[in-house]
Amino acid sequence: MSIVDLLSWALIIFGSSFCIIAGVGVLRLPDYFSRIHAVGILDSLGAGALILGLMLQAGFTLITIKLFLILVIIVITGPTATHALARAALDSGLTAELDEENDPSSN
Amino acid sequence: MMYHSMVIAAFGLMLLWLSLSGYFNFLQVSFGILSTFFVVWLTIHLKLLTTDGARLQILRGYPLYLVWLTWEIIVSNILLAKIILAPKMELHRQIIHTKANQSSDLAKAIYANSITLTPGTLTVDVDPDGFTVHSMAKTFADDICSDKMNERVAKLERLSTVDNVK
Repeated sequence: MSIVDLLSWALIIFGSSFCIIAGVGVLRLPDYFSRIHAVGILDSLGAGALILGLMLQAGFTLITIKLFLILVIIVITGPTATHALARAALDSGLTAELDEENDPSSN
Repeated sequence: MMYHSMVIAAFGLMLLWLSLSGYFNFLQVSFGILSTFFVVWLTIHLKLLTTDGARLQILRGYPLYLVWLTWEIIVSNILLAKIILAPKMELHRQIIHTKANQSSDLAKAIYANSITLTPGTLTVDVDPDGFTVHSMAKTFADDICSDKMNERVAKLERLSTVDNVK
């Protein structure tokens, strides 16, 4: 087993375990907004490490370029979709549950 | 100038076509060239082709920023994973208002997206002088309040020579 193989499998396992943690987070966290945060793990480190591991598996081929494009698209669309979800929830009247209101400018 | 950006657009699109298709025989590549010309014509027809290239100026300092952002993302991911996996989750949910020092819309969008991309913080609303951010725990809120990321993106913007890009 070569070093590249070892590194790629480490990245794949790392990424998929973070995907599982994100799933656990979505189930465990108490309210809508904190659940969105848990999905953020999946967007960034979960998908990122998984795709990086797959890129190492593919080597210098066209597949790597496609995987890289997928990564770029995920990194741009992920936060946008998250923001849209949070904004839609706020606009339709869901107020965020807060643990402490010490900031006077908070609403 | 118009021809300059046309050539750049055509070259970039052709490169994208080649890398996505993977076919290099005469027939397929000529299809690619045809569709590239069609798309370039379409962007001119729809007046989407910018001739000044000012939007790309901000990309000059971008690679270094991306490296830094990746590190930030990894650190806060591990922090958030710790919180989620702890037997008793120590949440400290709050909504904070933070200032955005950037002047252009593009830099503001980069900053807002960076906040959302970093787990634990989430940009909920944007107004002219700043963002409303939802944060999960104290460490994440402190991170935002320290304005580290804000300063970085503002510096990124200052690197670009063309000002007042909208």
